[in-house]
Amino acid sequence: MTGEVRSLLIGAVCVALAAAVPYVTDGYWLSIALTAMMYIALSTSWALFSGPTHYISLASGAFFGIGGYLVATGMSDYNQSFWLMMFVAAVVATLLAGLIGLATLRLSGVYFVIFTLGLAEMIRNLVSWVQNNFLGSRGLYVLTDFTDAHIYWMLLAVAAAVFLFGWFIDRSRLGFALKIIGNEETVARHVGINTAWTKVVLFMSTGFFAALVGAIIAPRYSYIEPNLVFSPELSFLVVIMALLGGTHRLWGPLLGVIPFTLIWEAISIWVPNFTTLFLGLAFLTIVYFIPNGFVGLLEKLRHRSVA
Amino acid sequence: MSNGRTLLDVQNISKKFGGLVAVNGLSFTVKEQEVLGIIGPNGSGKTTVMNLISGAFPLSSGSIRLMGRELADLSAHRIARAGVARTFQLVRILPGLSVMDNVVAGAVFGHRRRWRTEAESHARDLLDRVGLGDKHYQPVSALTYIDQKRVELARALAGDPQILLLDEWLAGLNPSELHTGIELIESLSREGRTIILVEHVMDAIRTLCHRCIVVNSGQLIAEGTPASVLSDPTVISAYLGDD
Amino acid sequence: MDILISGLLLGGTYVLIAMGLNLQYGVARIMNLANGEMIVLGALAGFWLYMTATISPLLTIFLIAPIAFAGNWLVYRLLLVPLVRRAGNQGQLEVDSILATFGMSFVLVGIMVSLHGEYFTYSFLASPLSILGTTVALNRLVAFGFAVVIGLILYLWLNHSRAGMAVRAVSVDPASARLVGIDVGKVSALAFAVGGMVSAMAGVLISTFITLDASVGVIFTMKALIIVIMGGVGDIRGAIVAAVILGMVETAVATLIDPGLTLAAAYLIFLLVLLFKPQGLFGRAPV
Ligand SMILES: Nc1ncnc2c1ncn2[C@@H]1O[C@H](COP(=O)(O)OP(=O)(O)OP(=O)(O)O)[C@@H](O)[C@H]1O
Ligand SMILES: [Mg+2]
Repeated sequence: MTGEVRSLLIGAVCVALAAAVPYVTDGYWLSIALTAMMYIALSTSWALFSGPTHYISLASGAFFGIGGYLVATGMSDYNQSFWLMMFVAAVVATLLAGLIGLATLRLSGVYFVIFTLGLAEMIRNLVSWVQNNFLGSRGLYVLTDFTDAHIYWMLLAVAAAVFLFGWFIDRSRLGFALKIIGNEETVARHVGINTAWTKVVLFMSTGFFAALVGAIIAPRYSYIEPNLVFSPELSFLVVIMALLGGTHRLWGPLLGVIPFTLIWEAISIWVPNFTTLFLGLAFLTIVYFIPNGFVGLLEKLRHRSVA
Repeated sequence: MSNGRTLLDVQNISKKFGGLVAVNGLSFTVKEQEVLGIIGPNGSGKTTVMNLISGAFPLSSGSIRLMGRELADLSAHRIARAGVARTFQLVRILPGLSVMDNVVAGAVFGHRRRWRTEAESHARDLLDRVGLGDKHYQPVSALTYIDQKRVELARALAGDPQILLLDEWLAGLNPSELHTGIELIESLSREGRTIILVEHVMDAIRTLCHRCIVVNSGQLIAEGTPASVLSDPTVISAYLGDD
Repeated sequence: MDILISGLLLGGTYVLIAMGLNLQYGVARIMNLANGEMIVLGALAGFWLYMTATISPLLTIFLIAPIAFAGNWLVYRLLLVPLVRRAGNQGQLEVDSILATFGMSFVLVGIMVSLHGEYFTYSFLASPLSILGTTVALNRLVAFGFAVVIGLILYLWLNHSRAGMAVRAVSVDPASARLVGIDVGKVSALAFAVGGMVSAMAGVLISTFITLDASVGVIFTMKALIIVIMGGVGDIRGAIVAAVILGMVETAVATLIDPGLTLAAAYLIFLLVLLFKPQGLFGRAPV
């Protein structure tokens, strides 16, 4: 059995196991699994772009928000179907990501971070303002007959698609190009890689997936508020979970999401005032103690036991 | 050699950095299968010429044609695909990749594009060729300086370029390494590759170059065989710095 | 006219905010995303000392200056120097320092929220005053005056003292500064500490006329960034012009269009600057 077939099989088994979760539990734990699945999709797709390029994007919240918000306005103000709006949101977010990418990917790392953060905040402000001043008379309701289990399965499908996409990228010229860009961009250009296009395509894919996730999650809230879905906190959580797990392996972010979601959940329940402090400590822990994430730790351990 | 077709035609190129004119109205041509040397004192604009040809940054004015095709407005990756490959004065490797993948990088995206097994076997041949036959799967950051230069050369060759730009590829080598290095470039030349060579090592210039141009302060001051330009009084005074 | 005067007064305080970050980024080369929290900490100190001990914020400025200086010096020495040492290249250092200072920023917000979760409101010198037909609150004017004084002192220090010269030398070119015998590590720590101190002092001033809460630091960080980048990193005069522009634009948008859009306007300027003039309004193209 070749390595490729084996990893695909393992992936399929994992998806099947994950799909069974709603049959085992349907209350509190399902809702946690749902949150975790959402972050698995978001962090893994974030890492596909940011892992190799080291460009830290804080725009996840914006794309996610576009998903949630467009589904909400479309369904409550324009009577469109959920599916259509999900599709529209994904297209809009992908295009927006393309524009951001074209405009910014020649900027240096710091400026890219700040640009994405600023842009996400600006979109949040503008949407809130438009909503409050022009459309605000009625609230935004997302009424569907989806249960948590349905939402969970849809998210699982997106997460599986992200993994498949990542697996495919890893074996393609595009993925190899990305690796080279992350190493030395000048060399990348001089061996014939269209660096701008490569980065933009990958960045668009993160926009696409984040918008899908945002759209799918919308029915869970049923009442949508722009400030809720365009949450800057979400962007930070995505980054932190991905880095905690490790971004240089496809399955790295997964290892970060699961423990982090559990701890985050516990903290939100027991000591809600400490979430921000915890977020800060998590950032510091990653930078100072586990710069390559859990994957890095595991690999080091394995290396040591072999040697 | 001198009766071959013109491969690269550089006309009246200039590059300004703010107020500094690094290259000033330079013109020259390179024929197929020719090795052209570019020499000149430090800071005279040699590397800048290489950067302009490879598209590292845009020209301020002028035209560069590769077999008739204008390169001036193309970005670096398109120029690379058109058939220009280079090494860098300060070695640039891909530190996170193996020696093998460093070279495969040149084979996958370059002028002639290969993929997977084809790219790998091509890279393997080139690594043997530059003398790294036993180091294929080492991390490239573990290599010595000279070996890193070899990796860079193999990477530049991997895309089967039309023209190869070597920016002081021989600098920093000890005498025996220098000897091997010169032989290596000589063998590339015998294969019929077209090369532009920027060098301070005059022995290498004499041995390798069919023709030489001399630049000073971004301007062409002499052109001809290595022997004739090296004995030219203007060239000597430019090097001695009393211009 | 209203817009001009209010905008100018707002710009004056923005100058201070930006100067802190400018020193930290321009000299120590650390993009300190926890800079806004320093401002909020200053504001919290001003508020708290006034409420509990009726200490005038104008006195608090000088009380907290040494503390902020020491605190920032320690942060630089203990938390940031290891990152500088570890980083193989500027890119790695950038990523690490962004993540680390984000971490610090969240930690500080977390601590401040647990200290005082509500708004920092108090009223200090709130009497109205009329200049050139525009009514402004006295506290704004006083804050502006103090901002000008602090800015001047900083300017004189940078241009006419030995330490200030060293700071400027490092900001222009650390490698050459090292060659002429400047201890770059020490100077960077000094600049970082002074930068943090100026930010905290600005925070106290701001608290006299803007109502803050523990979590608004990020907004100040963004504004400081907007100004620093628009003015050009390490360029004090550029920062002043940029701060005044930002103050004016915000005031104009708030009075002419809608106060709800001020933040969006600030970000819009920022994005435009990043896109079209990332080297700053007066900066030359990077070489
Ligand atoms: N990217 C750049 N930005 C600004 N100035 C530059 C740049 N590259 C080169 N220069 C300037 O252009 C002039 C020519 O530099 P160049 O590197 O081409 O010289 P060179 O002939 O290769 O020198 P050496 O023999 O030392 O390698 C120098 O004055 C240099 O400082
Ligand atoms: Mg050179």
